[in-house]
Amino acid sequence: MIPALVVFLYLCVVLYIGIFAFRRPGGTGAEGYFLANRSLGQYVFLLSLFGTNMTAFTILGSAGHAFANGVVTYGLMGSSSAFLIPITLYLFGTRVWALGKRHGFMTPVQMYRDRWECGHIGTAIFAVQATLLVPYIVIAVMGGGTVLNAVSGGVVPYWFGGLIVAAVVMSYVFFGGMRGTAWVNTFQTVLFLTFGAAAILFIGVSIGGFPAAMERLAGNPESAPLLTREQISPRFFFSYMLIPLSTIMFPHISIFCLTARRMGQFRKTVIFYPLCILAIWLPCTFLGLAANAMTDVPGIESKLEARAELAADAGDRTPAETADLQRAAAGDDVIILMLEHYAPLWLAGLLGAGIMAAVMASDSQILALSTMFTEDVFAYYGGKSRFGSAVQVQTGRLFVVLIALVAYAIALQAPPGIFGIAVQYAFSGFTTLLPLLVAALFWRGSTKWGALAVVLWTAATMTAVAVLQAVVAAPPPGTVVPIWTVGGLDVITRTPGGTAVLGYMPVLPMLIGSSLLMFVVSRLTPGPGAATLRRYFPAAAG
Amino acid sequence: MPGTSPRKPMKNWLLAAAVAALYLLHQDVWYWESARPLVFGFLPIALFYHGVYSLAVAGLMWALVRYAWPAHLEAQLEAGDAADGEPPEEARR
Repeated sequence: MIPALVVFLYLCVVLYIGIFAFRRPGGTGAEGYFLANRSLGQYVFLLSLFGTNMTAFTILGSAGHAFANGVVTYGLMGSSSAFLIPITLYLFGTRVWALGKRHGFMTPVQMYRDRWECGHIGTAIFAVQATLLVPYIVIAVMGGGTVLNAVSGGVVPYWFGGLIVAAVVMSYVFFGGMRGTAWVNTFQTVLFLTFGAAAILFIGVSIGGFPAAMERLAGNPESAPLLTREQISPRFFFSYMLIPLSTIMFPHISIFCLTARRMGQFRKTVIFYPLCILAIWLPCTFLGLAANAMTDVPGIESKLEARAELAADAGDRTPAETADLQRAAAGDDVIILMLEHYAPLWLAGLLGAGIMAAVMASDSQILALSTMFTEDVFAYYGGKSRFGSAVQVQTGRLFVVLIALVAYAIALQAPPGIFGIAVQYAFSGFTTLLPLLVAALFWRGSTKWGALAVVLWTAATMTAVAVLQAVVAAPPPGTVVPIWTVGGLDVITRTPGGTAVLGYMPVLPMLIGSSLLMFVVSRLTPGPGAATLRRYFPAAAG
Repeated sequence: MPGTSPRKPMKNWLLAAAVAALYLLHQDVWYWESARPLVFGFLPIALFYHGVYSLAVAGLMWALVRYAWPAHLEAQLEAGDAADGEPPEEARR
């Protein structure tokens, strides 16, 4: 129960920071509430941006992925993000910041509407972005319920844990807006960096040192492949490298780029971002891998048994039994199990709070969705001019409450697997939308019709993949189901983890398709007027 | 990355080549099926490689910030080049 009390204390501190700390007079307008008056300093900007990206999916998910797949996890998710996220912040984030500062944009859709002289196409972009973002918020509430339930030893039921997390996040986003959210994220990142290191030391000492654990894994034929990448194809690895391109397209990230006081705030962020990834993701990957050697932890032992049963001949096993085994073998909670078993109670509590911090990263997404709704829909369709700026902010706050309530209601009803998959879709979907940003910032010849083609393509391909995966059940590990074969060549296959196109992740053809559509449709349709182009490309206009 | 000196285009090309090289170096097929050596006695070589890779990325980002920072974006803002006109009100109503 002590870890649960530490987590509750942590939630109180978060509420204080989000609502009362760092409040500033005069920050009550739309820019004050939604963008912290574009005034965040460089360290808050770095730590908060990193904290925003450090979600339940990344922390618990990376350890769980490493538990099942081994060292490949860091190359897939960690080092690829360490490379591509700073590069996109450097190339695109700085330009989005400059355009936002110059023209007063508060959302990416406002920029697209202005850049391509369009209205309802912007609304279509909003709709697709919002649809892709909602599962993230739901999964955070579900994660909160799960973590509170786990750290309290089952005393706090799942429904109450989810309710507490939804209420806490809703409260500080409601009252604190972007400034409160940014400071909470900064606090959470520092907490996780500090106590994460302590947890690794404790666990390493408790299991008799990591070298012995790795030797045990290397000496066992069943676990030795986890120390290599032989279970993953290089094609899959290559195409996964496209996934971090989605980050800059997530609305909460692109909106966050607008909060920096000066463009110089990006300098330290892009340099230190890879180091923050290294400091958090590599230990999470390593702990997930090392969990395979911790057979004295009862929860982990049962997972290993379920995995061995899955790998054995399926025989007459039903799909439902396979699904049950897959759930039993899933490793998303291995870090929590290790902490409970090895770390002292006070540290387990603090780390539980750190994990809760990652789970609660939905705050930025809720705020982003609220900002988008009030700016791109409410204000755009006349609400601001009719009711004024103060009502616009109140509408944003009401929307925050509405999103939190809806997310909680869905989290109570939905099975966990659905939203885990939906989050995977979100990454591919936002990567497929990337040509919107590239064309808006760098290509004079792009048009609103090209943008519409990208949006429709994204929606159509996401739906197609979702339908395919719903209709064709996932095969057992190590096997694939051919869906479309041409001349003996498997073009589309259903894999245990999703879908593959010629062995690559679907995101590769999806991105190639959206890039081609942007190019071809833009070449065939008229672009915006000369005055607009001069504002975006002053040097080229001479 | 606008060039203001004759050496700047060459510098920009070198940095772009470094970015491309690091992108390619992420696909380290040479350690695909190797677990050993275990660096420091416990880190499988592929994990160690990608850890070092992350450090190299930080070095690259330092070089980009140091030598190819898009300072013209901020300079344009400070110069108040809004003379080119404001966006139509409909875009951000």
